[in-house]
Amino acid sequence: MSGPGQTGQDDAGEDDGNLPARLGEERLAEPVVGTGMFGVQGTPDTSGYGLLRVYQVPVVASPRPYGSYFDEVADALGTALEAAGLGFSDAIERVVADRGELTFYVRRERLPEVAGKLRDDPALRFELCSGVSGVHYLQDTGRELHAVYHLLSITHNRRVRLEATAPDADPHIPSLVGVYPTCNWHERETWDFFGIVFDGHPALTRIEMPDDWKGHPQRKDYPLGGIPVEYRGAKIPAPDERRHYS
Amino acid sequence: MTSSTPHAAAGGSDAEAAEGRVYTVSGEDWDEIVSAALQSEDFESGERIVINMGPQHPSTHGVLRLILTLEGETVVEVRPSIGYLHTGIEKNMEYRTWTQGVTFCTRADYLMPLFNEMAYCLGVERLLGIEDKIPERAQIIRVMMLELNRISSHLGGIAPMGLELGATTIYTQGARLRERVLDLLELITGLRMNHAFMRPGGVAQDLPPGALEAIRAFLDSAPGLMRDLHTLIDANPIFVGRNKGVSYLDLATCMALGVTGPILRSTGLPWDLRKSQPYLGYETYEFDVPVNDMCDAYGRYLIRMDEIDQSMRIVTQCVDRLAARGSPGPDKDPVMIRDAKIGWPAQLSLGPDGLGPSPEHIAHIMGQSMEALIHHFKLITEGFRVPPGQVYAAIESPRGELGAHVVSDGGTRPYRVHLRDPSFTHLQAVAAMCEGGFVADLIPAIASLDPVMGGVDR
Repeated sequence: MSGPGQTGQDDAGEDDGNLPARLGEERLAEPVVGTGMFGVQGTPDTSGYGLLRVYQVPVVASPRPYGSYFDEVADALGTALEAAGLGFSDAIERVVADRGELTFYVRRERLPEVAGKLRDDPALRFELCSGVSGVHYLQDTGRELHAVYHLLSITHNRRVRLEATAPDADPHIPSLVGVYPTCNWHERETWDFFGIVFDGHPALTRIEMPDDWKGHPQRKDYPLGGIPVEYRGAKIPAPDERRHYS
Repeated sequence: MTSSTPHAAAGGSDAEAAEGRVYTVSGEDWDEIVSAALQSEDFESGERIVINMGPQHPSTHGVLRLILTLEGETVVEVRPSIGYLHTGIEKNMEYRTWTQGVTFCTRADYLMPLFNEMAYCLGVERLLGIEDKIPERAQIIRVMMLELNRISSHLGGIAPMGLELGATTIYTQGARLRERVLDLLELITGLRMNHAFMRPGGVAQDLPPGALEAIRAFLDSAPGLMRDLHTLIDANPIFVGRNKGVSYLDLATCMALGVTGPILRSTGLPWDLRKSQPYLGYETYEFDVPVNDMCDAYGRYLIRMDEIDQSMRIVTQCVDRLAARGSPGPDKDPVMIRDAKIGWPAQLSLGPDGLGPSPEHIAHIMGQSMEALIHHFKLITEGFRVPPGQVYAAIESPRGELGAHVVSDGGTRPYRVHLRDPSFTHLQAVAAMCEGGFVADLIPAIASLDPVMGGVDR
């Protein structure tokens, strides 16, 4: 398709809008103010705070030039992808350069290819992956689950961030264990906490929570607290359900 | 208590999972088990024995559980199992203000609390766009505290390394020096660990009177104690024999497994974020990056020892700089950002009834300015807002790259904070280091990774 220079939201409409990764993209430019995540009546938010307004992250796409070494990285990635017969905007949804950091929003089905190019291309050489961090954007309908990868190039002393999204209804993202073995535990952690299924992971099991745990605790629709404490046969109710004297 | 259960007789779902004979052992005489194992048909046929090590085991650095498959003395497979210390730090931070978040993340890796705080605060500051507005005095104090913490953390890694090999003296000598550092941290922050000292915008409070003198006294006496440690350990035949050539990890494996810090530097790559991507003004300090190419547990020990010396060099420079700046006045040389919308309004001071906001500040908000009172109230109850976006702030912790992925939705609380903890990443390398080796070499291998379960499980 187009070269790496023409990225941004306008790419999204050209292709098949029914692909799962494209769902929800039309809302990208609408920052929303909402109430309700914290302090809603009836949820076990035991933090003592209530009814504060929550703002949705305004999604932006940066125009060229990105500044710093970012243009060089984007060009090199575009060249490497085109050499592999892949258009830049086929793989990269948009590019954000914000606060001195570069983010590639990668279409999830292209994630392993993009990561492979970033690791192996001599002009890129991002040898080290700092693992996956999940983020659950509850109001970003159709793209709720984000998997964020931070890559480091020791050769060029550069950093770049990859972000792939998946809807809650289809929480699948390809595993990067084949490219960066260090992602093994990080992907297990992200599955454990967010319920993102990393397809192709050698053994995607819970890592922090007990094996029989229900739910994925770091999702935004999972309450803080509300779990009774069980210890040596005794069961102590969750803090918000305990007897109180005020 | 020792019990052996042939799985056929036991019935139930637990026994179904196990194959063969199951022994439950809890720290007593093993003779009975050894003799029983020698007589069992499994041993006769040379079959593998599965051993569960931990989560309560003195040499696993906390609640680490290792599931070992042994063939005689050889480790065929080792699977680390974690999660026994998971406390939901990241989830809890989402329900507190940006400033309160420090109190949570400091508890992640409890041997390097100040580094957790620093990575998080640097992330918040980058989100706020105030990185270049932090007062210089605060930056110097931060560097000094981080390097003191690096010394205590490294000693907290080296000393138990000796203890786990049976050398109590290494532990006591290391702990003796570490206590001196913890005394300094206590003098300055009030706590030996979990300081909550670094804050977005600066540090919680200025140095107390006498702090620089105490640090100078430490810097005078510490090299002698370090020399004692070197004399005790460096050429100790047992220590060298147990560590040299053990738990080999080369550069390619480190890259693939995301291993950083002293372990990476023991493969010959002088990669240190303080040099390559300086933060907090590290580029203005004079220090070296210790490196060797031994790739083994002994090499990592040497690097940690050398890093302690380098940290002392940096602390000396910090003390000199702070001494040259003179004593700070009420409006001179602050340690918190001069932005009334972000900076914590009060400085702590010690009164007759304990630590609290300074009397001058109380007099100001209660007697002089209604606006200041409102401001104080809003900042402390609701906190400040952080513009939406995400950053990844990475610093060189004693264990390697410690990163904080901080996401804001524009509100007064973090939307998501993820700590990329080096211990978590490094534990993945246990299999690469230990499989095929002796079971006895597992202990120095784990010790040379220096994992802290508080950071692994968060």
